[in-house]
Amino acid sequence: MIVADRKPFDEIIKMLAPYSNILVLGCNECVTVCAVGGAKEVAILASQIRMRRMTDGVKTKVDEKTLERQCDTEYLEELKDVIGSYDAVLSLACGCGVQFLGERYIDTPVLPGVNTTFMGVTEKQGFWTERCQGCGNCVLDRTMGICPVTRCAKSIFNGPCGGSWGGKCEIDKDLPCAWHLIIERYKERGRMDAFMEIIPPKDWSTARDGGPRKRHREDMEI
Amino acid sequence: MRISYPTSIKIIKVPCTGRVDIIHILKAFEAGADGVYLVGCLEGDCHYLNGNIRAGKRVKYIKKLLEETGIGSDRVSMYNVSSAEGMKFAEIAREFTEKIKALGPNPLKLIRV
Amino acid sequence: MSTQGNLERVLRSGGFVVTAECGPPRGVAPDMIRKKGEMLKGYVDAVNVTDNQTAVVRMSSLASSVILKDMGIDPVMQMVCRDRNRIAIQSDVLGAAALGIKNILCLSGDHQRFGDHKGAKNVFDIDSVQLIQCIKGMRDDGRFLSGEEVKPGPSIFIGCVENPCIEPLEIRAMRLAKKTSAGAQFCQTQCVFNLGSFERWMEMVRQLHLHEKVSIIAGVTPLRSVGMANYMKKNVPGMDVPDELIDRLKGVPKEKTSEEGIRICVETIERLMGIEGVRGIHIMAIGWEDVVPEIVKLAGLYPRP
Repeated sequence: MIVADRKPFDEIIKMLAPYSNILVLGCNECVTVCAVGGAKEVAILASQIRMRRMTDGVKTKVDEKTLERQCDTEYLEELKDVIGSYDAVLSLACGCGVQFLGERYIDTPVLPGVNTTFMGVTEKQGFWTERCQGCGNCVLDRTMGICPVTRCAKSIFNGPCGGSWGGKCEIDKDLPCAWHLIIERYKERGRMDAFMEIIPPKDWSTARDGGPRKRHREDMEI
Repeated sequence: MRISYPTSIKIIKVPCTGRVDIIHILKAFEAGADGVYLVGCLEGDCHYLNGNIRAGKRVKYIKKLLEETGIGSDRVSMYNVSSAEGMKFAEIAREFTEKIKALGPNPLKLIRV
Repeated sequence: MSTQGNLERVLRSGGFVVTAECGPPRGVAPDMIRKKGEMLKGYVDAVNVTDNQTAVVRMSSLASSVILKDMGIDPVMQMVCRDRNRIAIQSDVLGAAALGIKNILCLSGDHQRFGDHKGAKNVFDIDSVQLIQCIKGMRDDGRFLSGEEVKPGPSIFIGCVENPCIEPLEIRAMRLAKKTSAGAQFCQTQCVFNLGSFERWMEMVRQLHLHEKVSIIAGVTPLRSVGMANYMKKNVPGMDVPDELIDRLKGVPKEKTSEEGIRICVETIERLMGIEGVRGIHIMAIGWEDVVPEIVKLAGLYPRP
């Protein structure tokens, strides 16, 4: 899922300063699962904004709504009759939702209420970690199911670097060294021969480096 | 035991403090409460295993939300009291009321936009 | 362009090499490099020039190397993968070779989190093993990474680094094997304080016959004070400073600590010289470069060939 983090409250308040009629808009997908932008968080943030605006002495109307998804046009349509009545929408969706909503309704400012952080997993309740960077050319078959692009702080393909220490990464003693994990699995599966192969430089053109990406399935077009 | 406690306190009964959500407390402040405190069972005595412990963690989080909102983090608290400790319950009620009195009314009530 | 640098010359003649380290200044101070160069000249066979070590901005490794080269010193230009993509790296290799630099040491590079620009974007387009392969390809096959022709190719003596004192040691030996097959010709190790660990690593290196293909140059660092020893033990990733060494430094009066540190360093060098497959030493006297001549003399490694 896409994981996000709520923006600092003061930053949100500053962003909303010019507006008095605001819609806080959640998304029922990833940001709901990672507890940052679902209906619950919309209610909390809206309540916070109302109280803060009141103590600041600014008259404000804050409404709450959560869409099934903000990255699909069909769900954005739900807003077509109401969005015009707001000065701004504070979206708690990931960066995709914020942009897509803004593209659909160009007359209403759509502001981001969260910082989109990474694609990851729920390691345990309340704890999310990164797993994928969407490099566009998966190497997990070669690296025993552990992604060096994402999980190595240096994204190196022939690790571990000299900073790997006791199985941990040099940048954070709580962070496992990805190459340490990969080698453990090579050993378990008797595949140290694979470790000895030099992985050549990666073609990053399929990653963000190649420019904004798109995927097209003509057969699905209506 | 006819122990008295301040009349300004409105008790809201829940099956377990674990049931109290963040939004419930924020709504209480939005509605004008000057302070909110949770009284859960003693740690280790939760009928639902750890509802009171989770409530305690939630209160910590709510303190952060209230602080940034401008209400102030001191207006919310968590206590753990057993059902056999009536005296302690009343004592906490007085203590919390004193604390809130010292803080003054909910800032939202002072401002009328 | 094919003439050898001094480091390669001494190694090829079978000599035991001595190199030292020079960290470029944090400003436009070429004289500071010249001063360090003067200090080291004649006592070492080559001088390593760090590339924004610990991700702290300093004068470029390339420019600093050229300053040393102009003084008649053979520089070992360090090159990290943190700050440049493959386009900039290959361009700098060509530039360095054109300016007469003969040795390049390939490293991943410390993460920018340790440096003074924590908000910087890192590159790591290629890693240290791929960098070795890249320079070898430019030199031996006359090809850039893209496959396009390099005309003419650079003549570079290719170095790598390895840490012989972090567990699991066998991975460190195997990684050296990868770097060797990628094209590394010499390997400078992280500071050796734990000789037992280093000896075990060297045994693995010999089992893999790596010492026959790559010249192992063991890193040493004189400990100036108990505080420095403790700091390195606790704060420098991958640094194994045994307690016996710290106790030995603590055992002498404070004004004699640095002397004891030099003595430990010289003893370490003597032990290293006796280990099969060790082809030289690399003295990293961080912020204490003026001690290098004394260490070289005390270890009986002066004059240089």
